[in-house]
Amino acid sequence: MNKHIWKSAAAMALVSAMAAGCSQGGSASSTASSASAGSSEGSTAPSSTTSAAGSTGAAAGDTVKIGLNFELSGGVADYGTKELNGAKIAINQFNAREDKPFTVEGIEIDDKGEPAESINAIQKLIEQDGVVGVVGPATSASSIATYEFATSKETPVISPSATQVDAMMKTDGTPYEYAWRICFEDSYQGKGMADYAYNDLGLRKVAVINEVSDYGNGLAKAFSEEFKSLGGEVVDETQYQSGDKDFASFITKLKDKDFDGIYIGGYYNEAAQIVKAAQADGIDKPIIGADGFDSQDFIDQVGTDAANNIYYTTAYTAIDPSDELKTFIEDYKAEYGEEPSMFAALSYDATNLLLSSLEASGETGAALNEAIKKADFSGITGSFSFDESNHTPVKSVLVVELVDGVQSNVKEVKAE
Amino acid sequence: MSQFLQQIVNGLSLGSIYALVALGYTMVYGIIKLINFAHGDIYMIGAYTAFFVTTYMGMSFLPALLVCMIVCGILGVLIERVAYRPLRKAPRITALITAIGVSYVIEYTTQFFMGTSVKTFPKLLPDTSWVFGPIKITYIQMVIFTVTIVLMVLLTFIIQKTKIGRAMRAVSADENAAKLMGISVDNTISMTFLIGSALAGAAGMLVGLYYNAASPLMGMVPGLKAFVAAVFGGIGSIPGALVGGLFIGIAETMVVAYGSSLYRDAIVYAILILVLIIKPTGLFGKNEREKV
Repeated sequence: MNKHIWKSAAAMALVSAMAAGCSQGGSASSTASSASAGSSEGSTAPSSTTSAAGSTGAAAGDTVKIGLNFELSGGVADYGTKELNGAKIAINQFNAREDKPFTVEGIEIDDKGEPAESINAIQKLIEQDGVVGVVGPATSASSIATYEFATSKETPVISPSATQVDAMMKTDGTPYEYAWRICFEDSYQGKGMADYAYNDLGLRKVAVINEVSDYGNGLAKAFSEEFKSLGGEVVDETQYQSGDKDFASFITKLKDKDFDGIYIGGYYNEAAQIVKAAQADGIDKPIIGADGFDSQDFIDQVGTDAANNIYYTTAYTAIDPSDELKTFIEDYKAEYGEEPSMFAALSYDATNLLLSSLEASGETGAALNEAIKKADFSGITGSFSFDESNHTPVKSVLVVELVDGVQSNVKEVKAE
Repeated sequence: MSQFLQQIVNGLSLGSIYALVALGYTMVYGIIKLINFAHGDIYMIGAYTAFFVTTYMGMSFLPALLVCMIVCGILGVLIERVAYRPLRKAPRITALITAIGVSYVIEYTTQFFMGTSVKTFPKLLPDTSWVFGPIKITYIQMVIFTVTIVLMVLLTFIIQKTKIGRAMRAVSADENAAKLMGISVDNTISMTFLIGSALAGAAGMLVGLYYNAASPLMGMVPGLKAFVAAVFGGIGSIPGALVGGLFIGIAETMVVAYGSSLYRDAIVYAILILVLIIKPTGLFGKNEREKV
């Protein structure tokens, strides 16, 4: 008898644990749906008919809806939630303005980090919620999935961080008319780092290691090509799979080679293990990389006092902030109790670009898209205008150095 | 040559971890013929337990290791009671699928409470390393070797010399006959799960410290590789798990050193396929005749 009670109690504990696991996904989608339910009342905004009809004026006092399509659950939920936070700050600041021409309402939706879900999300946003433009998602694959539908409905999409090479392009080599991004391409930051490594760090022989992915391959290829064309030498090329942890054998292999730096094309978890393995083996050469390093997790895994002699390219740094950036950081910290990341900053800029274009054109659809195309935008991740041939901004890359885990010595690099 | 020796050291430290995890697979299989796919996740729980007791309770290395082994041991016993014992008479495939289910429950419950981001550890061990001629061994590698050897010796002692060890061997040989001899089969199986899971807990903590990282899905791939190690050594054989673990660790390292690092996982699965084709019982496996 006693045994029986014990058994069923344990079974119940297991069941409730499973239910808890389920409710995580459930709650995210329920917030999204409650947000959209709330939005249907009291909005006189350009409604679902406007996006199909082309352009409609946004008069003073109206409520304009914009879509916020992000990865709020799934493997890259960290990027998506940070971007949602950044976008919300931009919307709050806009709505707090005295002279605002209209009120903005953000409609949140979770694409779960999957391109298929992302297509559903953009359809719901445009057809059911009647948004005039969309910000997000964070990753390239999920972003690309939305471009065709958005273009067919003449609703602009601005991706804050879709850095994949040729992400904005249709198969015929022209960009999707209504798709934009405000970050540089992976190949661009690879080139930028090659220039910096050769000219500023004085490196001549670099070992390149990269993750097998569009991101990692793109970075390594761009870096190696530029570095070689400058006169440098790539002494070793190695690849690894996402999720690999053991890099001791890679580092041991390198020891027989003559090199003066290591370029890592990958994300922070594996990069941190490579740095740790190199340091454990007494290698004190500079380790250089890209914006995949840009995470507190990277510094935590390497260890704060060991995170030295590391350089990476990024779109955002909080060093020497402008007034606008200071306001953003303060607002962000007040709202979410933590420092904003690069993703939050990019999304803040993307949202502001959409809002300022909306304000400038006073219209939606084709006119709004034209305003984005012609925008001369100045934000917290730099000033830029668009290259119309690929809908990608012309902006410079920042290189930062880590000193005891803190970003320092920022340098702006403009790759050709 | 010096590179080769150093790579052997790298491979041994990786292999020691696989060996500790493989032991749990092999012990459980030996006794109830179940591949416990949740075993890799117990190893993950070991890393998280270590994270908790060192970060929030400030424990030093040895007490933390002990706590990890106890927590994981108890978890293993719990899982057996709740998920596997009711199915002991059910077809083997039912238990196997349940094991996969348990694995998901552990992974995603952890993810729910701890989030997806990586947890890091405070500094428990010094950074010193020793140089022996051409090779260099770091402090943590030394700790991994020592802990693995001590635990192996202890386990061999338990199995060969103690009453519970004899009971485990008896149940493994013939469950019904053991029952007739007055051995409590239930207790013996619980004990097997306790010991196997405690070893996985120790491995989890060592890996957590070695890489300074714990994440909810960290047990999946090492769990699979340890399973391959167990099959290679002969599933059910304890020396086989040790040899299999070390072999897989060294094979992986050598592929990275002299081949391409892209094939490090492929080689492990290639070994599995070869073993299954050439010698399905593994290196030390007994060739049992099917009793009719």
